[in-house]
Amino acid sequence: MEKKIANWGNYPVMESDERFFSFDDQLQKLVKESTHFIPRGNGRCYGDASLSSETINTLKYDKVLSFDKSNGILECQSGLTLDKILEFIVPAGWFLPVTPGTKFITVGGAVGSDVHGKNHHIDGSFSNHIVDMELILADGTITVCSPEQNVQLFDATCGGMGLTGLITKVKFRLKKIETSYIKQKQLKAKNLDEVIRFFDEYNHYTYSVAWIDCLKKGEHFGRSILILGEHAKVDELPEKYKADPLKLPAKKSIPFPINLPSWVLNSFTVKLFNFLYYGKNFKKEINNVVSYEPFFYPLDAILNWNRGYGKKGFIQYQFVLPLSAKQGLVEILHRISDEGLGSFLAVLKVFGKQDSLISFPTEGYTLALDFPVRKGLFEFLDELDKIVLKYGGRLYMSKDARMKPEVLKAGYPRLDEFRQIIKQYNPKGKIRSTQSDRLLLTPQP
Amino acid sequence: MSTVLILGATSDMAVAIARKMAEKGNNIQLAARNSNRLQALQSDISLRYQVDCTIHEFDATDFNLHLSFYQSLSIKPDITICVFGYMSDNIIAGKDWHETSKIINSNYTGAVSILNIIAEDYAAKKSGTIVGISSVAGERGRQSNYIYGSAKAGFTAYLSGLRNRLYHDGVHVITVLPGFVNTKMTAELKLPPLLTASPEQVADAVEKAIRKKQNVVYIKWFWKWIMKIIKNIPEGMFKKKKL
Repeated sequence: MEKKIANWGNYPVMESDERFFSFDDQLQKLVKESTHFIPRGNGRCYGDASLSSETINTLKYDKVLSFDKSNGILECQSGLTLDKILEFIVPAGWFLPVTPGTKFITVGGAVGSDVHGKNHHIDGSFSNHIVDMELILADGTITVCSPEQNVQLFDATCGGMGLTGLITKVKFRLKKIETSYIKQKQLKAKNLDEVIRFFDEYNHYTYSVAWIDCLKKGEHFGRSILILGEHAKVDELPEKYKADPLKLPAKKSIPFPINLPSWVLNSFTVKLFNFLYYGKNFKKEINNVVSYEPFFYPLDAILNWNRGYGKKGFIQYQFVLPLSAKQGLVEILHRISDEGLGSFLAVLKVFGKQDSLISFPTEGYTLALDFPVRKGLFEFLDELDKIVLKYGGRLYMSKDARMKPEVLKAGYPRLDEFRQIIKQYNPKGKIRSTQSDRLLLTPQP
Repeated sequence: MSTVLILGATSDMAVAIARKMAEKGNNIQLAARNSNRLQALQSDISLRYQVDCTIHEFDATDFNLHLSFYQSLSIKPDITICVFGYMSDNIIAGKDWHETSKIINSNYTGAVSILNIIAEDYAAKKSGTIVGISSVAGERGRQSNYIYGSAKAGFTAYLSGLRNRLYHDGVHVITVLPGFVNTKMTAELKLPPLLTASPEQVADAVEKAIRKKQNVVYIKWFWKWIMKIIKNIPEGMFKKKKL
């Protein structure tokens, strides 16, 4: 039955026949009966990567299959979400090897987007921690791949936006922790130069990310708060936490009840928001111990925060520029500030080395910004694309809803190789999305 | 720590109920047809909640095997939750006796058959809890769903009588009356989002009903009032409605 679906950016919205399955034989049947489909999980990518007129949803295929508590290896079905995983691995002394800024994504989505986190410069992206995984291909065949087995398929599946097949099971390595707390350090940086210097100076920290005010001009251009963290050891905890060092944070969340009218988010409110946020961190440096929840998932506490951008939705624009292209960062931030198209959230992070076939992360500066959808936005983003490419950067497909195929091609040097592998495993383009059609990634039937 | 038997453990509602009861520290017995389908859920429950979880072959419509099924359980459950059911299009079922009998046998006869056996055991032991997942569809027959609805009506009446009888033996019986629930069974229906519950909400309500010894439970409070209104429409008017 046709239902309207959208991903996290609420743009685009489309009619789709979304089908669910719980068992392997049901999935086999769905794949065989579909004329075409794209795998879909919790819809937390931002644009149209998991949208199509036919989708196969993995959310009911969400069972834990094995958990080796002594070695920290977990195997699960692809529809399991990270929040559910944390609930049982944390009390057992393990943590996710890599986590994005929301815990409401599926494991299949984590692989398909090859997600990164605040520890990219130390631990790489999610695919770096996969032992092996199983897929169902377009023709219904079940195949296992890993960094040693069916390597091409593995490489094209990590960050491959679900186009090689539907990921069914994933086995991956976890990270050992002594406590569920994070030893956090927050540093106030007065401008962009200072925050970049801080990233360098504190690059031995496992977790690092900066919140950046991209509307500030003059000497405070790019003022930021750098947030650093390490998993706390038991002896580093305040006394009150020591009795139960692996305690799970209490479940509390505030639903965002309605779509705000989009005019609410004008440049004034963004400036005010930035001022309050920056003002809160009044000291130059704050050191404290916090639960993993507010450290990794500050926005998850407000369910449906995406509604704050109104009914028309928003685009999250995330790019990465090589380390040598700091000037590009300045140029892009200036363009945004001149345009007055405010961004509610701007997150800056330095990626470590990575050279994957199609995954987004590569060494350099990555910046993520939100733009409410409005007239003239897409033309403006096309302008930003040009600057990104000029400095040798690329865009993140999981956030994308509007990029042109030339932009993708210019940003990903191994794109043709990726297309060839898709052609081999998905020759008739049976597995396709609105995005893969737009970016010319899948063979046309 | 109690042992909970889930009859019809492959449905979305059953998965949510099994997980909820396991989260509360109960051991779980999963029973369904094609029990090999339950292996993933078995590992999921035992790994996530660190309770014992076993799987058992059980066909609700194969009445002759119900006694041997119950006898084969080496540990008898303290709580039995009867979740299985079957719904299909009323128009198709109206023309196809096979479909109709499947609806009646799954939702009524099968449930009565297995619960009779378990009720005898609980009555003799003078302890136990039985939960039946019936439906608001059984509250009044409507043209769009009266075959399924009448089977559920029978089941609701059965549970009511069973509760009355077993009360005197210290055994508690709970009738759960979900309205719309978002599951694979209803995936093809266009359900009004505000009136529709998730399987997890049903599971929370079931767990609470067991803990608080409730008798009849609706999922989402307004269903009780919606059904009060529907039940009170005079028959002369009701028969003209397209419900």
